[in-house]
Amino acid sequence: MPLYHTEDQAMLADTARQFMADEGNIAKQLRHYRDINCKDGFGHGLWKQFAELGFTGILVAEADGGLGMGHVEAGIVLEEVGRNLTPSPFLTSSVMAATALGQASDELKGRYLPGLLAGDSVFAVAIDEGPKHRPERIACRAERAGNGFRLSGAKSFVVQGGSADMLVVAARTAGSDEDDAGITLFAVPKDAAGLSLENARLVDSSQAAHVKLDGVQLDADAVIGEVDGGRDVLNRVIRAGRVGAAAESVGVAQGSFDMTTTYLKQRKQFGKLIGEFQALQHRAAHLYSELEIARATVIKAQQLLDTGSEKADLMVSVAKAKAGKAAGLAVKEGVQMHGGIGMTDEYDIGLYMKRDRALAEFMGDLYYHADRVAKLSGY
Amino acid sequence: MSDLDAFRAEIRAWLEENCPAEMREPARDEDDVCWGGRNFKFKNEAQKLWMERCAAKGYTVPEWPKPYGGAGLDPAQAKVWREEMNRIGARPPLSSFGIWMLGPALLKFGTEEQKVHYLNQIARGEIRWCQGYSEPGSGSDLVSLQTFGEDKGDHWVVNGSKIWTSYANKADWIFCLVRTDKANKYQGISFLLFDMTSPGVSTKPILLISGNSPFCETFFDNVTVPKHQIVGELNRGWDVAKYLLGHEREMISGAGGNDRLNTIGAFAKRNGLEDPILRAELAMFDVDALAFTAMGEKFLDEIKVGKAHPAQPNMMKYAGTEINKRRHELLMAAGGSAALEWESESSNGGSKARNWLRTKANSIEGGTSEVMLNVISKRILDLPGA
Ligand SMILES: Cc1cc2nc3c(=O)[nH]c(=O)nc-3n(C[C@H](O)[C@H](O)[C@H](O)COP(=O)(O)OP(=O)(O)OC[C@H]3O[C@@H](n4cnc5c(N)ncnc54)[C@H](O)[C@@H]3O)c2cc1C
Ligand SMILES: Cc1cc2nc3c(=O)[nH]c(=O)nc-3n(C[C@H](O)[C@H](O)[C@H](O)COP(=O)(O)OP(=O)(O)OC[C@H]3O[C@@H](n4cnc5c(N)ncnc54)[C@H](O)[C@@H]3O)c2cc1C
Repeated sequence: MPLYHTEDQAMLADTARQFMADEGNIAKQLRHYRDINCKDGFGHGLWKQFAELGFTGILVAEADGGLGMGHVEAGIVLEEVGRNLTPSPFLTSSVMAATALGQASDELKGRYLPGLLAGDSVFAVAIDEGPKHRPERIACRAERAGNGFRLSGAKSFVVQGGSADMLVVAARTAGSDEDDAGITLFAVPKDAAGLSLENARLVDSSQAAHVKLDGVQLDADAVIGEVDGGRDVLNRVIRAGRVGAAAESVGVAQGSFDMTTTYLKQRKQFGKLIGEFQALQHRAAHLYSELEIARATVIKAQQLLDTGSEKADLMVSVAKAKAGKAAGLAVKEGVQMHGGIGMTDEYDIGLYMKRDRALAEFMGDLYYHADRVAKLSGY
Repeated sequence: MSDLDAFRAEIRAWLEENCPAEMREPARDEDDVCWGGRNFKFKNEAQKLWMERCAAKGYTVPEWPKPYGGAGLDPAQAKVWREEMNRIGARPPLSSFGIWMLGPALLKFGTEEQKVHYLNQIARGEIRWCQGYSEPGSGSDLVSLQTFGEDKGDHWVVNGSKIWTSYANKADWIFCLVRTDKANKYQGISFLLFDMTSPGVSTKPILLISGNSPFCETFFDNVTVPKHQIVGELNRGWDVAKYLLGHEREMISGAGGNDRLNTIGAFAKRNGLEDPILRAELAMFDVDALAFTAMGEKFLDEIKVGKAHPAQPNMMKYAGTEINKRRHELLMAAGGSAALEWESESSNGGSKARNWLRTKANSIEGGTSEVMLNVISKRILDLPGA
């Protein structure tokens, strides 16, 4: 399969680009919801529009009412989300939670998918239990109780947790904290007794929640997939999240890069456009190169995931690492090349820097994924 | 089974049967590569067999049309060919400046006679070519070149000198940039082909820091070149030269290489990998190497169907050569003192150290990294004054 978009995918990209530039742009969304101190950090109106365009169901099977597309298509939307810094629950709901629900019973699908497809529901995924991404370790427990389970533990930095109607929670039903096996996924509704959330607004104005599960009682039908056998589904969810975040990072990098090269062609100092200085040209050209490479890793990883290749896992980590690295460079160079105004809140370039920092952490940073690449390569 | 799957099965079976075991590992160094040419001596029977079998099927140049010695594969089939070659770790049956550089230029600018004549020779490994571009006063600023061809009616008489001419002392023919109009800088250069045994051609090898001597100073003293040996139009050789450079840069970038060769962490581990900081560096490198492999694949997919930016080979060359230099720095670090051996049996004649030094030229030959960044700034980013 060639590493470029098919005609259908290119059409989707055009639609997504136009829509996000018109409706999801920084002034209408990110700044607006930030400045009114919105507790969700995003607009439900825009989420409805995502649904009208079919975006919310991109990864939902056709049999379940979705579009039955793949990670390439989800990534197309995410790249535009990144480019416009559009706050939305797309990544957690339509990519990660939808991947989990794809493995769930018809009963659970029927309960949650219609809301997602209609843009009425928001979902979050609760995996990590500390400030760094570490899905290998899950201490949160689920014990059998009554005809179901009782969950106890804590999850941290659950993105969109405070706005979510349902949380996909990874809990341990067997074994010790570091075991690979013994994981079960649960669909936990927001009004479950014993569930409490404390919202935190992050540097990029996104919302993440610290979640406490204090003996949350769930029926057996809240289980997604197999009891004790949830690691496999969890890994799918995580891979979807990683490659999605990588696609969003590419969008962030591209948005920041475009702003910067535009500025290089406008700002004059020493009687010249600053883009005439070779010191800046070479850095911009290097950045272009890094960005192109990051883009290639992302589409490669997306395609491998979509075709179910055994190489997908490695390439997803490469993509998350490389996209994070390129985006990190893009925003740092972006602020620097803007000079003093790059430091102002009024100018958008700083918003790219903030979003990049949050995305870099989400689903594992460069160091985590480089380590993973080494381990998967046998050293 | 789709046509492409059937084709894959066919290629896989053919390779299984025809690629000798000795050819299923990378060449150790430049000396171990099959270059072809009148005076080429095969290293062993396997190398000869592998080249001949491929040449007979057009697989030395799989994408060239059949009448010119190729196999006429389309982009999707050519990708399958590369993937199947990579799968068994097969080395290219034939490597040459004819395949990488002159061939593509002839396919675009050559006359039908030139294509039939020269391309078939290249595909069969009969004639080895060298590249006469750089001159002592004209490196990065190539267009300032001075070697002059005086018009003598049915031929030119060429005088001047070239430098850094790789394998000039081993090559049979040269493709050479010659000024044919002194008044016109860009539109005063012609792209000429001539035999290195022509009277008046001489070469003087230059020793490199690697201790090897793969390139030369090349002198032209009243060399006669018949008029039909021009590629493209008179005084429009710069167009041919630039087009060829795109292909040269694509080749030097290493696009199309495979993951196993590109990454080094697992390889370094065989010598023991006790230093956690070195392990971390290797891991960071392998991320970049795997990423660049994907880039190479994407680039080739796109360029074959006209989707790549025309200046993209410059980006590839920049990124690919910088990563290759980093690769060899890390291999030296991972190898420790053993990598320092220069002359010994166990080190295969110091190949680690010599290869390491050789890679330093990657970001110079074919256009320096700085020049690549200039070209990206100008042609892709459209920055002012670039
Ligand atoms: C937090 C903060 C506090 C400050 N406090 C003060 C203060 O108290 N008083 C005061 O007077 N000023 C202050 N400044 C201003 C500061 O000195 C300027 O921002 C700085 O000199 C850069 O100028 P500029 O912002 O106009 O950027 P520009 O000069 O427009 O530079 C934009 C980009 O172009 C690059 N560039 C420009 N010229 C060249 C060249 N010839 N070659 C290569 N690259 C080039 C720059 O390095 C930069 O990356 C402050 C700035 C900040 C951010
Ligand atoms: C191993 C090897 C094999 C080669 N094989 C061949 C061959 O077969 N045929 C052939 O014709 N040539 C060959 N070359 C020559 C090669 O193409 C030149 O070395 C190259 O183009 C650089 O020219 P130069 O050496 O004169 O360096 P210079 O052009 O003098 O460059 C010196 C330094 O200045 C920098 N520089 C120059 N201009 C700029 C600018 N505008 N902006 C910023 N920095 C700049 C360069 O990047 C470099 O770092 C080979 C070179 C090597 C090392």
